[in-house]
Amino acid sequence: MDITLDLIVFAVLALFIVVSSVLAVTTKRILRAATYLLFVLFGTAGIYFQLNYSFLGAVQLLIYAGGITVLYVFSILLTSSEGDKAEKLKPGKFAAGLAATLAALGICLFVMLKHKFLAPAFEHGELPVREIGHALMSPEKYGYVLPFEVISVLLLACIIGGIMIARKR
Amino acid sequence: MFDFGIITGWIHTQLTSLMPEGLAIFLECVLIGICLLLLYVVIAIIMIYMERKVCAAFQCRLGPTRVGPWGSIQVICDVFKMLTKEIISIRHSDRFLYNLAPYIVILASVMAFACLPISRGLEILDFNVGVLFLMAASSIGIVGILLAGWSSNSKYSLIGAMRSGAQMISYELSVGLSILTIVVLTDTMQFSEIVMRQADGWFIFKGHIPAVIAFIIYLIAGNAEVNRGPFDLPEAESELTAGYHTEYSGMHFGLFYVAEFVNLFIISGIAATIFLGGWMPLHIPGLDGFNAVMDAIPGFIWFFAKAFFVVWLLMWIKWTFPRLRIDQILTLEWKYLVPIGLLNLLLMVIVVVFNLHF
Repeated sequence: MDITLDLIVFAVLALFIVVSSVLAVTTKRILRAATYLLFVLFGTAGIYFQLNYSFLGAVQLLIYAGGITVLYVFSILLTSSEGDKAEKLKPGKFAAGLAATLAALGICLFVMLKHKFLAPAFEHGELPVREIGHALMSPEKYGYVLPFEVISVLLLACIIGGIMIARKR
Repeated sequence: MFDFGIITGWIHTQLTSLMPEGLAIFLECVLIGICLLLLYVVIAIIMIYMERKVCAAFQCRLGPTRVGPWGSIQVICDVFKMLTKEIISIRHSDRFLYNLAPYIVILASVMAFACLPISRGLEILDFNVGVLFLMAASSIGIVGILLAGWSSNSKYSLIGAMRSGAQMISYELSVGLSILTIVVLTDTMQFSEIVMRQADGWFIFKGHIPAVIAFIIYLIAGNAEVNRGPFDLPEAESELTAGYHTEYSGMHFGLFYVAEFVNLFIISGIAATIFLGGWMPLHIPGLDGFNAVMDAIPGFIWFFAKAFFVVWLLMWIKWTFPRLRIDQILTLEWKYLVPIGLLNLLLMVIVVVFNLHF
């Protein structure tokens, strides 16, 4: 197996993601956890960019890093007092979490080692935006117009719910 | 127009003839990174000098005059002052987040800066979803500001950060809508392609009424997005001392300061690229002699001239209007700019569908 630039970049990104995600769950302070989560999302976006899928990478940055993390940080700022630390885990909860993690790891490893993947290849050249747009809005096979519309109904329901909760009367 | 792609392509072939391709690409990335950061710093220094001079002109003063001719070395002296100051640490603050926050702000700013097409062949990040990437990159800066406000362990910083978060999230919507209006007109999101489509007239002329409305909305929302001008309440000095960067000193404060000025330049550069043609010279269809004369001026001069013109417009606004209240800012955005922007988008779609543009 020869070492190429693609492989080195992938290894760096993967290491970054793993370290940040472990830190995100082991840290005691909730705002630090949100920051490490931001790093994990950056790393994932980096992998999308490496795969030349810049649309998904940009959306990942825009929605997750720029939107959801900001929402998390904002709500932490509004609710928690400064220096808020998580309390220590009870041994029972710790054991249950550990068992769930190990079971999930086992399933993932089983699937990944059992499945025969296609030969890995980095394709050079971007996917045209026009193609993505047509796929998102087409009602035919491999078209995503139904999920698209269902999600818009869900968002509308969220907006109405937000107004209902925030209304004074 | 001279194509800088020839020079960069020549450098690439020379490097690949000397070493394996992977190493060559790595070296080029390092080289481009260094050039990008150098340009970033130079633009920041020019912007700070310009801010002082423009501010002085609007207040009937002279501005810096002592150090160097017309006070031009003043900013460099200030940089050295900033570099030699002590970086203090705050008690009972989250040290890690406190030190990280300025770098997140600067990271977002550099990523957005790399999207600007300076001249033909001098684009650094030129994705086919360039506009979307720019919006994504600039939205990360909010996280840095919120973290800075929270980790400083100070009421002023926290209030500044909250105000800034509310303001930037709101105004991002208007920036996106006005850029989307032009994307409807161009049917592309790639910055180099957007510039190429303006060879026979800039979009502000081609898109006439909706393009002008979008340009005005973009200027207002962009000014609010970088926390400047009448929208500078995140750092309102008369009520919050310095807002979210009250507790920062030395170079950490310097990073916030530099990022603010370069963000202003980025907003202006994007306005210049999308509405005023970027590096494309002023072409009038039919006047071939005039077009040839305009082509003789290099592209990067056109780009910087347009960008600094927009910067000057925004500085004029900043030093003319008083600061708004937070409720006025949110009312302006949600009750006026967003509905107007949506209607304007509809108007642009009608113009494009019935082929009413030039």
